[in-house]
Formats: sequence, structure tokens, C-alpha cells
Amino acid sequence: MNAADFYSLAPLLILAGGATILMLQIAFRRDIKLTSALTVATLVAAAFSIIGADDNVPRFVTPLLRADHLALVFSGLFCLAAAVTSILSIDYLRQRGDEPEEFFLLLILSTLGACVLAYAAHLASLLLGLELMSISLYALIAYPDKTKLPLEAAIKYLVLSGAATATMLFGFALLYGTTGTMQFAAMGDQLVDAHAGSAVLLVAAVMVVSGLGFKLSLVPFHMWTPDVYDGAPAPVTGFLASVSKAAVFVALLRWFLASDLFRFDILIDSISLLAIFSMLAGNILALLQSNIKRMLAYSSIAHMGYLVIILVVGSNMDNRALAIEAGMYYLIAYTVTTIAAFGLLTLLSSEGHHRENVQLHDVSGLFWHQPLYASLMMVALLSLAGIPLTAGFIAKFYLISAAVSDFRWVLLGSLVVGSGIGIYYYLRVIFYMTRKVEEHNNNPVAPGGWLVKAVSCALIASILLLGTVPQPLMEYLRSILQVVN
Amino acid sequence: MSLVILILILLGGGLLAIFAQRMNEDMPRWVSLATIVLALVYLLGVVSNLPVEPLTIADAGSSWLIHLKLEWIPRFGISFELAMDGLSLLLVVLTLLLGLIAVSSSWSEINFKQGLFQANLLWTLAGVTGVFLAMDLFLFFLFWEVMLIPMYLLIAIWGHENKAYAAMKFFIFTQFSGLLMLISIVILAWQASLANGSYSYSYFDLLGTTLNAKLEFWVMLGFFLAFTVKLPSFPFHTWLPDAHTQAPTAGSVLLAGILLKTGAYGLLRICIPLFPNASMEFAPIAMALGAAGVIYGAVLAFAQSDFKRLVAYSSVSHMGFVLLGLYAWNTLALQGAVMQMVAHGVSTAALFMMAGAIQQRLHTRDMHKMGGLWHNAPRMGACALFFALASLGLPGLGNFVAEFLVLIGLFAVQPWITAVAALGMVGAAIYALWMMQLAFQGKPIENREFADFGRREMATMAAMMVALVWLGLYPQPVLDIAQPVLDSLQNIVPSLVSEAPTADIAGVNL
Repeated sequence: MNAADFYSLAPLLILAGGATILMLQIAFRRDIKLTSALTVATLVAAAFSIIGADDNVPRFVTPLLRADHLALVFSGLFCLAAAVTSILSIDYLRQRGDEPEEFFLLLILSTLGACVLAYAAHLASLLLGLELMSISLYALIAYPDKTKLPLEAAIKYLVLSGAATATMLFGFALLYGTTGTMQFAAMGDQLVDAHAGSAVLLVAAVMVVSGLGFKLSLVPFHMWTPDVYDGAPAPVTGFLASVSKAAVFVALLRWFLASDLFRFDILIDSISLLAIFSMLAGNILALLQSNIKRMLAYSSIAHMGYLVIILVVGSNMDNRALAIEAGMYYLIAYTVTTIAAFGLLTLLSSEGHHRENVQLHDVSGLFWHQPLYASLMMVALLSLAGIPLTAGFIAKFYLISAAVSDFRWVLLGSLVVGSGIGIYYYLRVIFYMTRKVEEHNNNPVAPGGWLVKAVSCALIASILLLGTVPQPLMEYLRSILQVVN
Repeated sequence: MSLVILILILLGGGLLAIFAQRMNEDMPRWVSLATIVLALVYLLGVVSNLPVEPLTIADAGSSWLIHLKLEWIPRFGISFELAMDGLSLLLVVLTLLLGLIAVSSSWSEINFKQGLFQANLLWTLAGVTGVFLAMDLFLFFLFWEVMLIPMYLLIAIWGHENKAYAAMKFFIFTQFSGLLMLISIVILAWQASLANGSYSYSYFDLLGTTLNAKLEFWVMLGFFLAFTVKLPSFPFHTWLPDAHTQAPTAGSVLLAGILLKTGAYGLLRICIPLFPNASMEFAPIAMALGAAGVIYGAVLAFAQSDFKRLVAYSSVSHMGFVLLGLYAWNTLALQGAVMQMVAHGVSTAALFMMAGAIQQRLHTRDMHKMGGLWHNAPRMGACALFFALASLGLPGLGNFVAEFLVLIGLFAVQPWITAVAALGMVGAAIYALWMMQLAFQGKPIENREFADFGRREMATMAAMMVALVWLGLYPQPVLDIAQPVLDSLQNIVPSLVSEAPTADIAGVNL
């Protein structure tokens, strides 16, 4: 390995180094202020290291990792999302758990796993990244709050996710047995040769799709999502819903691109089915929730359904560039928006309550006593609903453009029906927030450090900027796509 | 730039209104009033300084007054393109005038978060103005959706007892149909880009795009649904009575006065000119829907005991005439449709203001609990009678001119539908007089404290009366402003009738 290799892996190295330092620091002195400051510094440093790494890509660093612009962009995004999560969760952690410092350590490790996924070019690195991310998440879910609900969620996630990983691993083994390679790039052509009616390959595909479908919580592999989201502490849920989903999707996208999995019709057809089920079921089930976390859980299922449309559209070579571009924009918009929405729930639950304030009536009247946080939530919800001027709208517009270019009418129809239903439950939260003060009696007071306020403003600004001035990001994504392809 | 400044004035006024509340509870109203007056004066100033020679843009005729195009998202060929012609000018002026009426009607009604209320009101006006001016379909869609959010908040925060349901229904109906329109827009732009080799969402570039017949029909239907939900046309009208009933007075005035007109504007400007063939095929169905709306609205209006619901259903009936006029697509019918947009805006705004004033005094909208109001408040009674007569189409007032023109124009195309729609005018007489009878005539309830209209309310009402009388007696200026636009639209789409009309009475002159 030479210097350029190290540069191109900068985010991973900084995160790993940061985790080590943090571990030592916690061993010597417990101080949440110091730990959180170190965490944020590490994450921000990792995020900005992609600027320096930019000149040294694209290149393979060992057969496992491919450092290219795609990997760098999403590593940066994940690190920033983790930084925002840690800032927003400081007050939450202070109120719960007597020794919350390890939370930050786990968060960095989980982010490291997500970044490895963004670099993955090999089944082994895919698995390593996935497990590093998931195992840290099991602990993250149970760690801050030692009550029954988070524990239940953690166990549930551990058992189910473990089973999903095992299934997927078996699928990998079968793939390796058929193709003789675990490298994405080499695998594609081998698959075509082995394709003719191989039952083993079919079994392998089913296992891998169900494993990854579980991680992305696509219907019918979604059952764990609402319980885990509900039980997990709000900041962790935000991370789980945004970064872990996006990371898995990026890895999947890389695999599809490198092995050109788009050419297998049966795979594409089953993905369209999963997309349709996810869009419809996710939105319909979200309607029935009065717990905002569960509602967002189901809505995240629907959003993953929207997102996988681009894999289907990508099957046509002419529209592939547009589809991938749309997918990347959607991921970025979705991550920012989800972090914002769960960030608000974190803030609401930060003030000495035993339970979290995540029911609909907990946010009622929020507009009148916490206008900044309510605006944050409103912008995030409108973005999730895909209303113009927000990031979510441009993302949805991109998706629709991609789907239209490939004449995917059934997928488009499900998207329209799903989004139509979605408006109702997103709007209901906004309605509760605007209720007049005398109509409700509880008064959750969110904390208001300057840092939290600054982060909230930054989130609002980025959602609105992505929605009003999308051109620079679009251009950038287009330019890096030409390199990736 | 002048059009951007116009929209910015309204947006900025909204922000100012929020901050003004910190200084003084009464300030936001004045800020709001000043903002709208400023916007109106600015607009008139700009228009009066225009060169005499109209602009010509692409194939869209030479009726344009102002045109502005700035690059926005070149990735998809989306630009920030605003343009104004006589039709948009007319509707923007109507928007601002009704904005003044809305501020006046909410003057003493709103006590909660006055600043935010006025801000939402101004932002709604800005959104509607944007819809009337946007010439890039992406931008059009953006304004179309964004104007709903302040309107939603107006209903959801300051509405009456059942506001959650009404606000939600309003938003979902319009948003869902908007989504269909978005898909239609994307398909249209995609098909055009395949033909031209480059993306563009500009109205002027998309005009004249040829699609295959089947696709054109479905794409047209996406637009048609979005616009007829907003219009609203039977059978997509069910959100309207709820939204009107639950909205605060200013909200009802804005909804009936101008938001509904965006639907009619969309049909006239976008749906029919972009898809002439599909529209021709669809015209009989659209006209049947229009006629059904006229009758159905009138029948249901008669069945209401809630003052605001009655007016809301009468809107459905009146907007049916607009739909009829648009799809008849001849000079007289189109003139009638434009007149109806203006006249209905004024007369319905006045009736909603009346309903709001009664509710503020009696805390009910139930007409069975009114009765004899004329005795308590003669000035209100007289005003109500005037606007009820306007609504039923009394000759000499604006609505009569409009409906008469529509019916004459329509007769040349579809004599039977005309006959059915004309029955709607009989229905209008029944429900309007029924409303007068229940609310204002009869025996007054004893010992009722009931304040008559004050000076502010009378001034507002008088302004609207003058407008309606003017529209009724001398409608020519309005028609003259709109005529060049109608001419150029008719150049793009000569006719929506598949065969030559049998009854040739196009020679009728007023």
C-alpha cells in the first residue's frame, strides 16, 4: 500500500483511530462533554477528509475496498449524519443512563461499518461492514436506557438480524460455489455463464435478496422495523433509519453496478414486486399509527420502496445514469430529512421524562412554545411527503423522471397512491403541532443549547437548499457518475 | 424583474407581519393591508409604463406584456420563467383586490397569532400570483403546491369546530391530484425531450408537442383532474363545502375568490392548448361534467341549512359554467368563462364575508337559528339581498353577463347541454331567495343583540357592489383586456368541436 491508498481511505482510518482514542479516553476519565466533543471532532474530521482524498480516487485498495467518489460522498454524508446525531443526543443521554460515554464509541464504530459498506467491492467487505454496523447498533439500542422496551427491541433486532445475516451468508457461500469469486467486478460475467437454469444460483439469489431486503426493511421482510424503531432510543432510531439504510443501499448499488446485475430479469422483476409491496404496505400501515416513531418506521419502509425503483429503472442501459443519479440524490435527501425528523423526537424526549415523548399528543401545540423545533419537524415532514421547496420533492421528482423515462407505469402508480396516502399521516403530525395551547395540557420543554439550535437551523437550511438550489449537487453527482461508470 | 418583485413584496410582507406582532397586536393587519396596496400600486405602475407593442413569444401568440426567464435547474431544463398577459393581469389584479377584502373581513375576527395569520394570508396570495404568472411547468407546479400550505394552515389553525377534517380533506384532494399532474408534466417534458433532444419544462417549448393519441389522452387527464379538483367540478367537489365551512372568513374569501380560479386558469392556459386533440375528444365529457355540476350544485345548495355550505355549493354550480364555457371554446363562451371567473370571485367573496359577519355575531351558521336579521341589521340585509341577486344572475350585474355569454357560446356547440345548464339559473334563483328568506326575513328572535355593519364592512361591501354593477353594465374593459389572449389561444387551438356546428348562431353580437 502506498500513500495514495492511505489517503483514499482517510475517512475509515480517521474513524478507526478516533474510536481507539475514545476508548482510551473513556478508560481514563469519564466525562460526557469531553467524549462528545472528541466524537464530533472525529466525525467531522472524517467527513472533511474526503476533500483531501478526492485526488487519489478512483482506485482499488486491496481487492476488498474500492475507493471512488461514490464511496467518498456517502462516507462524508454518514459521518456528518453521525455528528448531528451525537450533538442532538447529548442532552438525551444526560437524562438517562449513568455512564453514557460508550454510546459515542458505539456510534463511531457503527459509522465506520457504514463507511466500509460505501467502499465495499467484495462480498467479504460487504459482510464486514454490515456486521460492524449492525452489532454496534444492537448495543446502541439497549445501551442508553436500561428499561424493558429498548432491551426488547435490541434482542429482537439481534435475533432477527442475526438470522438474516446467516441467511445472506449462506447465499454468499452458494454464490462463491457457483462463480468461484467474491469480487463484485468479477462475479457478473461468471453469473451469466452459470446462469442457465442453475437451481443453486436461484436459491442463492433468494437468500441474498431476503437478507438485504431485511436490512432495508422491504415488505415482506419488514416485520421487525416498527418494534425496533419504537423501542430504540430516539437518536439511535434516527441513525438506524437513515445511515444504516442508506449504507446498505449504497453497497447494493455498488454490487449491481459492478456485477451488472441489472441484466437478470427475474431479479429485477422480484425487486419491482418488493418495491410495490413496500410502497403500498408501508404507507397503509403508517396510517394506523399514533406513535410518531412507529409512523416514521412504516414511512421508512415506504421510502425504501420508492428508492429501489431506481434499481428497476437501471435495468435499461439508456436510463441507467439518470436512475443512479436519482437514487443518490434520493439517499442524500432521505438521510438529511430522517435525521431531522428523529432529531426533533430526541430533543422532545431530552428533558427528564421516564418515557419518550413520541405520541401524537406529545407534539400538540409545539408550534407555539418551540417554534424553531416545530419548524424543523414541519420542514422534515413536508420533505418526507415530497412537497415542493424541500429536498424530498426534488428527490421524488428525480425518481418520477427516472421511472417515466423507462415507462414503469405500475411502479409509478404505486408511487402516486403511496405518496397520496403518505400526505395524510405526515400532515396529521403538523396539525397536532399547530393545535392551540389550551387544547392540550402537557408541555414538553426541549432543551435549548446554542449548539442544538445551530444544528437545527443547519438541518432546516440544508433541507430547503437541497429543495430550491439542487443544481450544484446534481452536477456533482453527474460528474462523479461518469467516473464510477 | 417586475413580476419577481411583485411576488417578493407579498412574501416579504408576510415576514414583516410576523415581526410586526412583536411590536403591537394591531400592527400585522396594517402591515398586511399596506403590503397588498403596495403590490397593487406597483403592479399598476409597471403595467401603465409598458410599451404599447405587445411581446411575441414563440408560438404562443403576441399577447404577452412581460416576460422573464432565468436559468434555475439546467440539468432538467427547468427555468424560472414568469410571463404576464392580459388574462394573468386580470387574475392577478383580482387576486390582490380580493386579498384586500380578505384582510378587511378578518379585521376583527382573528385574535390568535394575528401576525402568523396575516403572513399565511399574504403567502397564499403570493402563491396564487405565482400560479397565474409561472410559464415553466415545473415552476407552475411548485407554486400550485406551495400555495396550499399556507391555505392549509389558515384552515387548520384558525378554522372552526371541524377544522382538522376539513383541512386534511382539502389538502389531500388537491395534493393527490397535483401528484397526477406532476407525473403528467414529467411525461410531457420527457416526450418533448425525446423529440427535441433537450430537456425543457417551458410552456412555450412544450406547446405543440405531439404525443401519440393514447398517451396524450392520459397525460391530458392528469392535468384535467388536477384542475377540475381545484375548480371544483362535479364529482370532485366534495372537499369544497367542508373546507369553506370550516375556514375562517378570510380563508373562505381566498378559497372561493381566487384559489378556485387557478383551476379554471390551468384548464384555459395549459390543459386545452397543450393537448388540443385529447381535449377535443374529451370535450363532451367535460361539458357533461360542467352541466352536471351546475345542476347538482344548485340542488345541493337548496338543501343546506348552513349558510356557508349553501354558498359553497353555489360555487360548485357557478364554476360549472366556467367548465362549460372553456370546453365550448368559442369566443363568446370563453369571454363568458373569464367574466364568470371575475364576477364569481367578487360575488362569492362578498357572500362569504356576509356569512363570516353573521357567524361572528350569532356564533352559528345555521340559517334556521337566524330569521329576521333584516329587522336587526338593515344594512346587512340590503347587502345580502344585493349579492344574493348577483349570485342568481340578475341582469345588470356581472354574473348575468358571464352566464349569458357562456350559454350563448355553448348553444352553438351543444344545444342540449345548454338547455340543461340553463336550468341551473332557475335553481340559483330558488336557493338564493331561500337563503334570503330563512336568514333575513321572517320573525326576528326577541331580545337579540345584533350589531349592524360598521363603516369598514360597509366600505368593503360597497366596493364589491360597485365592481359587480360595473361588470354588469359595462363589461367591455374586462373583455378587451382578455380578448388578445383568447384570440391567441384560439389560434393555437381553433376549435374543440370534432364536426362543424349544426346550429350556426355564431353571428350573434351583443
